[in-house]
Amino acid sequence: MTVEMVQILKPDGSLVNSKIEPKISEADLKKMYRVMVLTRFLDERGLTLQRQGRIGFYVTSTGQEAIVGSALPLQKEDWIFPAYREHAVGLFRGFPLKVFIGQLFGNSEDLNKGRQMPNHFAYAPIHYVSISSPIATQVAQAAGAAIASKIRKDSAIAITYCGDGGTSEGEFHAGMNFAGAFKAPCVFFCSNNQYAISVPVEKQTAQPVIAEKAKAYGFPGIRVDGNDVLAVYQVVKEAVTRAREGQGPTLIEAFTFRMGAHSSSDDPTRYCPKSKLEEWSQKDPIKRFKTYLISKKLWSEAEDTKLIEQVKQEISDTVTEVMKGTPPSLSSMFEEVYQEMPLNLQWQKEELLEEARAKGEFLDSSEAFPL
Amino acid sequence: MAQLTLLQAVNDALKTEMKKDDRVVIFGEDVGYVGGVFRATEGLQKEFGESRCFDTPLCESGIIGAAIGMSLYGLRPIAEIQFLDFIYPAFDQIISEAAKMRYRSGGQFTCPMVIRTPYGGGIKGGHYHSQSTEAFFAHTPGLKVVIPSNPYDAKGLLISAIRDPDPVMFLEPKRLYRSLKGEVPEGDYTVPIGKAHSVCEGTDVTLFCYGAMVPVCTEAAKKANGQGTSCEVVDLRTITPLDMEAILAAAQKTGRVVIVHEAVKTAGFGAEISALISEKAMEYMKAPILRVAGFDTPFPYTLEHVYMPDSVRVLRAIEKVMKY
Ligand SMILES: Cc1ncc(C[n+]2csc(CCOP(=O)(O)OP(=O)(O)O)c2C)c(N)n1
Repeated sequence: MTVEMVQILKPDGSLVNSKIEPKISEADLKKMYRVMVLTRFLDERGLTLQRQGRIGFYVTSTGQEAIVGSALPLQKEDWIFPAYREHAVGLFRGFPLKVFIGQLFGNSEDLNKGRQMPNHFAYAPIHYVSISSPIATQVAQAAGAAIASKIRKDSAIAITYCGDGGTSEGEFHAGMNFAGAFKAPCVFFCSNNQYAISVPVEKQTAQPVIAEKAKAYGFPGIRVDGNDVLAVYQVVKEAVTRAREGQGPTLIEAFTFRMGAHSSSDDPTRYCPKSKLEEWSQKDPIKRFKTYLISKKLWSEAEDTKLIEQVKQEISDTVTEVMKGTPPSLSSMFEEVYQEMPLNLQWQKEELLEEARAKGEFLDSSEAFPL
Repeated sequence: MAQLTLLQAVNDALKTEMKKDDRVVIFGEDVGYVGGVFRATEGLQKEFGESRCFDTPLCESGIIGAAIGMSLYGLRPIAEIQFLDFIYPAFDQIISEAAKMRYRSGGQFTCPMVIRTPYGGGIKGGHYHSQSTEAFFAHTPGLKVVIPSNPYDAKGLLISAIRDPDPVMFLEPKRLYRSLKGEVPEGDYTVPIGKAHSVCEGTDVTLFCYGAMVPVCTEAAKKANGQGTSCEVVDLRTITPLDMEAILAAAQKTGRVVIVHEAVKTAGFGAEISALISEKAMEYMKAPILRVAGFDTPFPYTLEHVYMPDSVRVLRAIEKVMKY
């Protein structure tokens, strides 16, 4: 292993070395912390909503909230090509909570109009590109957006996220290779949470350090402690700066751990040793950051208790509001397949509306399946 | 005889063939240690060892490309793709390579392999866990496309597929994985590829269907029966090669045809059946051939129950051809 892991905060929240402490404003530090806490409770609530049958599916990012550090160096014009565990990135960049929760319910409060399953967010105002299930497709797209920015001589960069499993797909190679060949302003952020559903990363690749893969594409690869929000911020900031200055892409491997199930359909006790969970709960990114903030006298237990109450209330209020929404209309199913509805869809729509009138109630199905 | 779910029948077929033929190897994402996200390969790694049933990296083009290489070398690979919706990274390997190997090499090389994958809607899976894109594969000469609708056929057809000398796409209707049980004989038996099956006899209307639409059509036929219309339900079981003789005979018998699939209507496989009947048996038709299908939209999430054909929609089509 030639690549070392960048770490600024030790798991106990103390600084590895005070000389490398990044300069971040108090407001930004607190905002990052708030989003991490919000994400933790949002995930908790999301799972509960799924278990209650109020939403069909949920994906948590528990244990990986320090990814929020990658959101701070971004500018308004930058583009984000997420996988599906970057809730904190979106929320930090300005993804409204109501849009997030609305998407889970797929009703009239959902900007995606109920067309995608939960956790497949999209929010154009912050260039948070529509999430899809097929793994790693976004990696090549991010390279394209970065190349476009270069063609237009803009200052925007693109950042894309994927998991350790995602690095095995052809599109990971394609995206990395394109970005390298075009020296495009792109940051590849791989959350190595050590599992792709049940498959451990050792079975995913013979290369134990994913950051090393960057070498094959001719640009730097950096391994960072993915549970250390300050280190994540620092390495992404440097990568974003390099990209913006025309020095090309960077691959960042954030070494972390998926503390929850793969999704609401998964049971990790079938494949993940308990000891691993115990080991990693000692490295909790939120606890670590909180200890740091308290030691800097920027935060207190009393403020923490208040914050937790606040975010829980905010989530509850938003859920209540979103639940008032109504299902999407039947005709909405046929809209936006194209900009203009072709005749085949017009006919099918008319036929359905006619049938619906005759038919009355529709049957529903909601059996749990692994997705 | 054991009462098994479709999922258990698939598992049983795999086990039966693995015991019988040591060239059979099974692999894919999450297939080995945990036995698949749907548990179709449960217990196989334990029983047959890691060299016979194993996890692969997350890469469909790799899974299918490797399966082709193994089949060329002399193994009998069974590749699992976690969902049909995730097969597209492997499209090139399937369409350009596996399907054409025999033909392009003048029969020197062949790819006897099975690609198993859950397909279809009905589980609230949204765009990417629901689609029925069998027509893509049926449109590719060199591939066989098999779609069981019940546990008995699932086991018998899968064993046939594993023994088949050509590449077989084995599409498993995930909606039926655990929703119904049926009698499945122990051990070895086959159901032939390329043979349709008449699920129930009838004289007024013929319903053609496959996969998860078979129980939907059976239910519609029952409802129609209550209204005095007798329906024949034909489960195609294989869409390539197609049992054209059985289709024409069943169409001629009633002179009224309704074709049902959950796939998108336009350029769906129903068009092929309709064209076949128009070309070969038009003179027997008493009414236009109707299709009940998914709409020409991406598979929706919240409105899934509207998108999926159900017995009420099929019944409307039956009434229409009867009134014509
Ligand atoms: C092309 C494709 N193949 C398979 C799947 C099924 N699947 C969903 S998530 C997943 C594992 C992803 O693992 P990783 O990239 O490490 O991300 P993580 O879930 O650990 O964050 C798999 C196999 C998929 N969504 N897309």
